[in-house]
Amino acid sequence: MAQHQDFKKPTFELSMLLYDTRYRSTSFQVIALILFFSLIWWLVNNTMSNLAITGKDIDFSFLVHESNYDINQRLLEYDSRSSHGRAAVLGVLNTLVLSAIGCVTATILGVFVGIARLSKNWIVARIMTVHIEIFRNVPLLLWILLIMSMVAHSFPVPKHFRGADPIATMKLFDSVALTNRGFYIPEPLFSNGFGDMGFFSNSFYISIDLIVILAIFIGSIWASGKIKARAKRIQEETGIRPTTWYLRLGVIFIPTILLLVYLGFYLGYPELKGFNFKGGIHLRNSLIALWIALSLYTSAFIAEIVRSGILAVSKGQTEAAGALGIKPNVIMALVILPQALKVIVPPLISNYLNLTKNSSLAIAVGYMDLTGTLMGITLNQTGRELETLLLGMSIYLTISLLISAVINWYNRRNDMVER
Amino acid sequence: MRNVSFVRSEMLAEQTPPLTSIGFIGWARENLFNGWFNSILTVISLYIVYSFLSFLIPWVLTPTWKATSLNECREINTALTGHHSGACWGVITERWPQFIFGFYDRDILWRPILVFVLFLATIAPILFERVPRKLFLLGPVFPFLAVWLLWGGSIWSPVFSFLGLVLGYLVWRSLKERVNAVILLLSSIGVPIIWWMFLTEPASGLLAEIIPYEIQVLPSRDFGGLLLSLTIGLTAIFCSLPIGIFLALGRQSDLLIVKVLCVWFIEFIRGVPLITLLFVASTLLNIFMPPGTNFDIIMRVVIMVTLFSSAYMAEVVRGGLAGLDSGQYEAANALGFSYWKAQRLIIMPQALKISIPGIVSNFIGVLKDTTLVSVIGLFDPIGLTTVVLADMRWNGVYWELNVFVALCFFVFCFSMSRYSMYLERKLRKEN
Repeated sequence: MAQHQDFKKPTFELSMLLYDTRYRSTSFQVIALILFFSLIWWLVNNTMSNLAITGKDIDFSFLVHESNYDINQRLLEYDSRSSHGRAAVLGVLNTLVLSAIGCVTATILGVFVGIARLSKNWIVARIMTVHIEIFRNVPLLLWILLIMSMVAHSFPVPKHFRGADPIATMKLFDSVALTNRGFYIPEPLFSNGFGDMGFFSNSFYISIDLIVILAIFIGSIWASGKIKARAKRIQEETGIRPTTWYLRLGVIFIPTILLLVYLGFYLGYPELKGFNFKGGIHLRNSLIALWIALSLYTSAFIAEIVRSGILAVSKGQTEAAGALGIKPNVIMALVILPQALKVIVPPLISNYLNLTKNSSLAIAVGYMDLTGTLMGITLNQTGRELETLLLGMSIYLTISLLISAVINWYNRRNDMVER
Repeated sequence: MRNVSFVRSEMLAEQTPPLTSIGFIGWARENLFNGWFNSILTVISLYIVYSFLSFLIPWVLTPTWKATSLNECREINTALTGHHSGACWGVITERWPQFIFGFYDRDILWRPILVFVLFLATIAPILFERVPRKLFLLGPVFPFLAVWLLWGGSIWSPVFSFLGLVLGYLVWRSLKERVNAVILLLSSIGVPIIWWMFLTEPASGLLAEIIPYEIQVLPSRDFGGLLLSLTIGLTAIFCSLPIGIFLALGRQSDLLIVKVLCVWFIEFIRGVPLITLLFVASTLLNIFMPPGTNFDIIMRVVIMVTLFSSAYMAEVVRGGLAGLDSGQYEAANALGFSYWKAQRLIIMPQALKISIPGIVSNFIGVLKDTTLVSVIGLFDPIGLTTVVLADMRWNGVYWELNVFVALCFFVFCFSMSRYSMYLERKLRKEN
């Protein structure tokens, strides 16, 4: 047997910071931190001295000054006497509107294309492959410009709608006008509505009708969910699921319809007055072009996600469910989709995030989103690059972090237990 | 005696399958017309394809390649079909060199072409196994050579910059056996940096006075077209992969501070649109630098695009690392591999293999995103279309220009995605 040696308690030496694994990680981290802070200090120092040379300071007061420019698509009251800050808020709203409608259509289109690409029909699958390859391999900016020139050059000018025998006519029972200045669609109006409500000492107004309708509708959906939960409970207890679809349909739609009738809902149609259409909602060319381009472009990516999600569910699942005697459409709803969705949803949401960020390309066609207002005209007018860019980037960052929070929440809720 | 059997004693000759289940008819029955629903789908799809092609083909096939203005195109098309709705390709005949080289001096076009050929030669041994391995030696030389050939100037600054690399290698080789890894790393990175920061400029300036040899200098504003897109895109692609790998490792690391810094960086870059980063490059980056620095716009854009794409690359590589079986890490630990050795020999080869599709689609994304530089006023192919449209003779030829640019990008992006599929298949076969 070897003799036991008395261990000396090792004394601390400087070289142990590097060689001893107990200290090494700490010393590396301290070095990393020092490097990081010196980088930050260097950047801030440079910025300060550069600002001092040009005689500028960091000042956000331009946000309350008059903007002196106009925004063509306004969701809130705005004119050129409003402030730069308000212009930025309108820009954010325009970004969000574009992203929201883009996400909806991109999802619908993407799911359709993704499923159709898996079709056993050879020609359908081929067409969808071509669609995906064309949209994925050509830059989005090019699609936006192409569709913009298509929208701007292939529709008739408003004056062609005039006269007893007009060259162009309105579509869909005279309710929609497609012109080279954009699309005019009917707007919802209320003959007996509640009016508007001012927020933040009347700095902006929101229609109370809209709020009430949304509240009722969301409440109805919640009630319908309760009915579904009750049906499920009864099924678990007795084995027989009560038929509830008519009840749920009624609960969802009847309160909203009653409310609309009470408010005196009607549609305001666009009409040709003078050289242009009046009334209705005016969807500008830039919005239409961006909407179509963003939807088509993102749909190609969503299609691939949907396809791989469906393929990720192994065939044995379908066969096992079939062996248990479950009907095909129930297999889809209860076996395939829940498993496929787990694979599909996180990248789907991150594609929504991409779409939102890509909507900043709006500046190329003059749509006044956040990039066009705050980081475009406001930047050029005030010359405050640092402040506007910082503010704009942090707004985008906030939107992105909110969306990633949703992804993380979804992932945590659906975490599969590994091994 | 006769052998009487009640079953057949020999096989019947094979018969051909019925005509309706072989050849084109069989294939069509199988793939296009099985069931009424599929038949309807097929008919509708055929109609869509037909109506699309019957519009597209006459538009594309117009004999306007020699026209010198839009009006001339319209005359040719009207004479041919009675209406002037065909494509006007004369603009492409006239302007395609501009779309490829921008405003690069027409007399020295051999320089970008040579750079492109050298680039292909440099990446060939990475892409294909059958290419001679000696071409790898071109790798370290190529960046210096390319910068010199593209921007021009004295030959001595690229030579001395390259010497920095050689110096680093020499330091590494001579110290490899004698000192420990950390000092080796620091010295073989530090010596070239000192060389580049303090000695390259004076030394090359001195030699340029003694033996002056320089080629024509091209300013960055002359860069344009695909040349600009590829310069920005490819540089960003090749720089972002190593940065992305380190960011991904940092994000997975046990070192808390390193991890937090990496996560912040990645989330910040991924949270903002590229266009805002390009705005920073065009208006703000000089403010962050020491007063008086004024570096090139292409350089600034390349830095921003590289940072942008490295954050995405980090996420792709992280996906690959997460997809790797945790047994691999454990096995590497059990064999007593150090962290870096395990990463280099065991983890990364497998993780990168898993993430090839993501990496390539990220490359494609970077190449497509280079078109955004047109927004900050550089003349990439999309920026050039506005230049061409400003010409009175071609005012109005949106479609032809956009289709041409789209085709250029499609060729590059599509071939990249096909290559990644080939690589995936090859690697799967090897396993």
